[in-house]
Amino acid sequence: MPDQSTVADAPVVPEEAAPTAAATPSEHTGGTDAPRWTPSRVEDAPLVTGEGRFLDDMDPLPGTLTAAIVRSPHPHARIRSVDLSRARRHPGVAAVIGPEEVLAALRPFPLSVSTQMPYFPTGTDKVRYVGEPVAVVVATDRYVAEDAAELVAVDYELFDPVVGIRTALAEDAPLLHEGQGSNVATDRTFTFGEVDQAFAEATHVVSGEYDFPRYSGAPMECYSVIANWTEDSAGPAIEAWANFHGPFTMVPVMASALGIPTSRVRLHVPADIGGSFGIKAGIYPYVVLLALASKHARTAVRWSEDRAEHLVASSSGADRMMRFEAAVDADGVITALRTDLVDNVGAYMRPPEPSTLYRCYGNITGAYRIPAVQIRARAVVTNTMPTGLIRGFGGQQLYFGLERLMDDISARTGLDVVDLRCRNLVPPDAFPYETPTGGVYDSGNYEKAVRLAVENADLAELRQRQAEARARGELYGIGIAVVVDPSGTNIGYVGLATPPEARKAGRDKSGSTEHVRVSVDVQGVVTVMLGSVPQGQGHATIARQIAAARLGLPEESVRAVIDMDTATTPWTVTTGSYSSRFAPLVTSAVIEGCDRIARTIRAAGGVLLGADPDELELAEGRVRVKSDPSRSAEFRHAAGVVHWDPGSLPEGTSARLYEEAAFTPAARAATRDERINSSLCYGLVVELVAVRIDPDTLEIGIDRVSSVHDAGTVLNQTLLDGQVYGALTQALGGAMYEEFTYTEGGQPTAATFLDYLCPTTAEAGFPLITDHVVSPSPLTPLGAKGSGEGSSMSFPVAIANAVTDALSPYGLKIDKLPVHGNVLHELLDGVRRPA
Amino acid sequence: MKPAPFAYVRPATLADAIGELAATAGDGKVLAGGQSLVPVLAMRLGRPGTLVDINGVAGLDTIERRGPVLRVGATARQRSLERSPKAAAVPLVGRALPFVGHRELRSRGTVCGSLAHADPGAELPAVASCLGAALEVRGPSGTRTVPAADFFQGAMTTAIGPDEILTAVEFPVAGPGEGFGFAELARRHGDFALAGVVTRVRSADGAVAEAVISGFGVSDRAVTRDVTDLLRSVAGRDDLEAALRPGTEELAHDVVNTSGDQHGSQGYRRRLFAVLAARELAGAYRRSTEGRS
Repeated sequence: MPDQSTVADAPVVPEEAAPTAAATPSEHTGGTDAPRWTPSRVEDAPLVTGEGRFLDDMDPLPGTLTAAIVRSPHPHARIRSVDLSRARRHPGVAAVIGPEEVLAALRPFPLSVSTQMPYFPTGTDKVRYVGEPVAVVVATDRYVAEDAAELVAVDYELFDPVVGIRTALAEDAPLLHEGQGSNVATDRTFTFGEVDQAFAEATHVVSGEYDFPRYSGAPMECYSVIANWTEDSAGPAIEAWANFHGPFTMVPVMASALGIPTSRVRLHVPADIGGSFGIKAGIYPYVVLLALASKHARTAVRWSEDRAEHLVASSSGADRMMRFEAAVDADGVITALRTDLVDNVGAYMRPPEPSTLYRCYGNITGAYRIPAVQIRARAVVTNTMPTGLIRGFGGQQLYFGLERLMDDISARTGLDVVDLRCRNLVPPDAFPYETPTGGVYDSGNYEKAVRLAVENADLAELRQRQAEARARGELYGIGIAVVVDPSGTNIGYVGLATPPEARKAGRDKSGSTEHVRVSVDVQGVVTVMLGSVPQGQGHATIARQIAAARLGLPEESVRAVIDMDTATTPWTVTTGSYSSRFAPLVTSAVIEGCDRIARTIRAAGGVLLGADPDELELAEGRVRVKSDPSRSAEFRHAAGVVHWDPGSLPEGTSARLYEEAAFTPAARAATRDERINSSLCYGLVVELVAVRIDPDTLEIGIDRVSSVHDAGTVLNQTLLDGQVYGALTQALGGAMYEEFTYTEGGQPTAATFLDYLCPTTAEAGFPLITDHVVSPSPLTPLGAKGSGEGSSMSFPVAIANAVTDALSPYGLKIDKLPVHGNVLHELLDGVRRPA
Repeated sequence: MKPAPFAYVRPATLADAIGELAATAGDGKVLAGGQSLVPVLAMRLGRPGTLVDINGVAGLDTIERRGPVLRVGATARQRSLERSPKAAAVPLVGRALPFVGHRELRSRGTVCGSLAHADPGAELPAVASCLGAALEVRGPSGTRTVPAADFFQGAMTTAIGPDEILTAVEFPVAGPGEGFGFAELARRHGDFALAGVVTRVRSADGAVAEAVISGFGVSDRAVTRDVTDLLRSVAGRDDLEAALRPGTEELAHDVVNTSGDQHGSQGYRRRLFAVLAARELAGAYRRSTEGRS
């Protein structure tokens, strides 16, 4: 028998430590010019004490019943018949609806482009992906509803499925939508500048084909809807609660499917949403479906999506097949770019698709001054889950091609990867810089950001490590990515999917308005009310911080309230939490609202102080004379004058401490020559990644990451850091772990968290150095740009470039993701390392 | 994701539990920690008519040393064993348990439940196999003891009859001159292994007396092989791990028998098995000669 000391070395790994990943804690060094004052988030105390109010915590309507959804087990089949009778007779069931009820009551959702691919919230003629809704059972509780769902009998005639993009494009491919006559839902080509000439004159023509995978944001909370159908003398109306975060263009889309005016759709969004990363924009068809179920059940109906449903049938980023080709001169300067992009949008062209193709239209040339561009943009349908918004939307796909191409150009020209990029960067004196596709980069200093990222990475030392590792026969690689990070989408880009001659005059789309309300109560407490539908970003914290600073108040005197009710909250079609809109747009509206309040407070302060309001300022909780701060009155007393004694206010001053403000950037619709400034602001991300590959197990370890961001003015360092860490981790998932995979027969093979692998803290603990350069935007009052998505666009390709660099002794490249040990084994098995 | 209807009983004695299970005539399932069973129920992948919850049976959660074995009862949690000082007598248990799911799952999941579930990628069946553990099974016709070699019969398939309960497992405690090794590789920490190995080496004065390896995540069950000859053939070498590699690569072709999936092909799992087998055989041998087990 061993004594205690002989076994003391077990266990061999520390508790919960990753056995394979680097266990070094993240290092953080803030930028020298970034403010370090970091208040804690006002959202956190309720969330960590379980006081958050998520949709499933709410029970707004008594007598609400529960729904379960019957879904297709087949990827592609005709619905011959649906028998709901047994399910309807099951005890506890209030209603069961299927394709017949859907067709009788609903119109297809309006699409972003005119295709013959009608989209309803259930399959009607056919089912087109595993998990597509076919019927809804409404019952007393979810258990009974699921029991009855098993009694719904659907007779299917099975068809061959179409799974990958290449299959969808094949001449003899089965058709998902026979009326379209093709699986291609949109196909447009755009040319700017003298592309052909540049290629004819090029010293080098470098091309590559790259595939970007399909993955999700995997929010902790899944979809959740409560819907209530009512009828009154004005006709039908619905009231719904959903953890939907916009874009609110989907509200008229829902109304159109229901055949009722938008004003008859009242949508509430809970103040707490458990993450989305864009994925929950895909909830709107369920709001319509549950509204119809409520009509048949004659009472309100709730449905909470479970994880099994979520992972096969909610939404994901689009996978993309792409070809990039560059004309390069003798100095390594790129003179023209050709791209051929094909997105797989899943079974339907569900709005807002095909926006993945167009969200980065204005910044399709990335951080580089490339004068001529040709773009072919296609989307195909396949028998897979429909796609939609996701953090980075369109950016990770675009930059995977563009930044892999940059490395291929580097390999061809012999120029170092950093040097090649620097030769092509938009120079600091070129801002505002107009791209050939119509984007206007508002500000930046790309060279400075690249220098900083290289410096922080200690690239020279990494190259030394690499040389030593290679001398030992090990695989070590360094990758870089430089990406322009767009924020504040101009929804007008959706118009590009329609040829100019087919666009209706007077029906252009542009812009990006956001609304807020600011009020001051009798005690002088300021309330900022946001309809910004956050999902954990900390909007209330920032809004409070900005309003307090603008009104010269302590933060304790300001509260921020999140409330979205389309019947009472100001909103427009662009409202919502997407495309990193909060920092550039919502905060700008907060500034405008606060400035209007300040004018009224100064007018009241003038009464109290006997001074000219124009000579007053707000600071330290007081309104005071600029030239003599000792002459002052408390902010709350000035507010009191407006509430209690409005008659004393100067003539022409409205006794108004309740302001609704909007911020509308000067955006324009797509032009007839197909240019558009597709976002308001353009930030920058530069990332350097070093990877070490275990020569035996081929596991990829991340040795060091240097990430530099330019998001304009930093509003709150803690929250910005959180966005950077989160985006990096989400990108790590897409690059190395997560993928929605399907068998050739169309069955999903990543349908549970056993196979859909989100990185955990054990995988995300890589050594990280983050930093910032600050190029304030001239287009927003605070100079802030969006920052919620940056690294989700850059990190996947940076990792691919690093692994490609590591494999360079073998001449192998990583032109698709994810990459992990198994992928490397398949690449390297039987491949000899050249001498 | 809600279970189909089922009956639920929570007997207070083992005799009652066996009686309840027998009364279901093969349509019952034993509920212990529920970490595998409950998701199966929720996804309606299994729909037993009756759940016999044995958590109310007194005395089933014991962890006790009985001479040359460490006995772990049917409802003893993985986390309890991990934290028990008694577990030190079976070093492999301490090496393997941190890799079983995550701490939260181990707080609820049971050692015997993992053995009875017999997932081919699970750690504990391989530990039991490598150590030649004995599994105690009780049913209406009495108690029988099944050696690990006969207990695991395929993916999710064991020697437990439909009316029987796995009441305890007995792991042999480490003897003099024994050394052990454990390693697994997974896509992420806490996932089922792409390939894993458990090794046990007994040596005397540096000479290899016995060497056993069990692989998991590589076939439909834990696969155990006597590798005494392989280890003996290279035991004196300074570069023991490298010297073992040709042998473990050959062994991988024999042991790794799976069609693979998107996480690991058969070829990749063979590569991993060969690497880990050489590493952990060398490590176990080294520890056996150093008296460190």
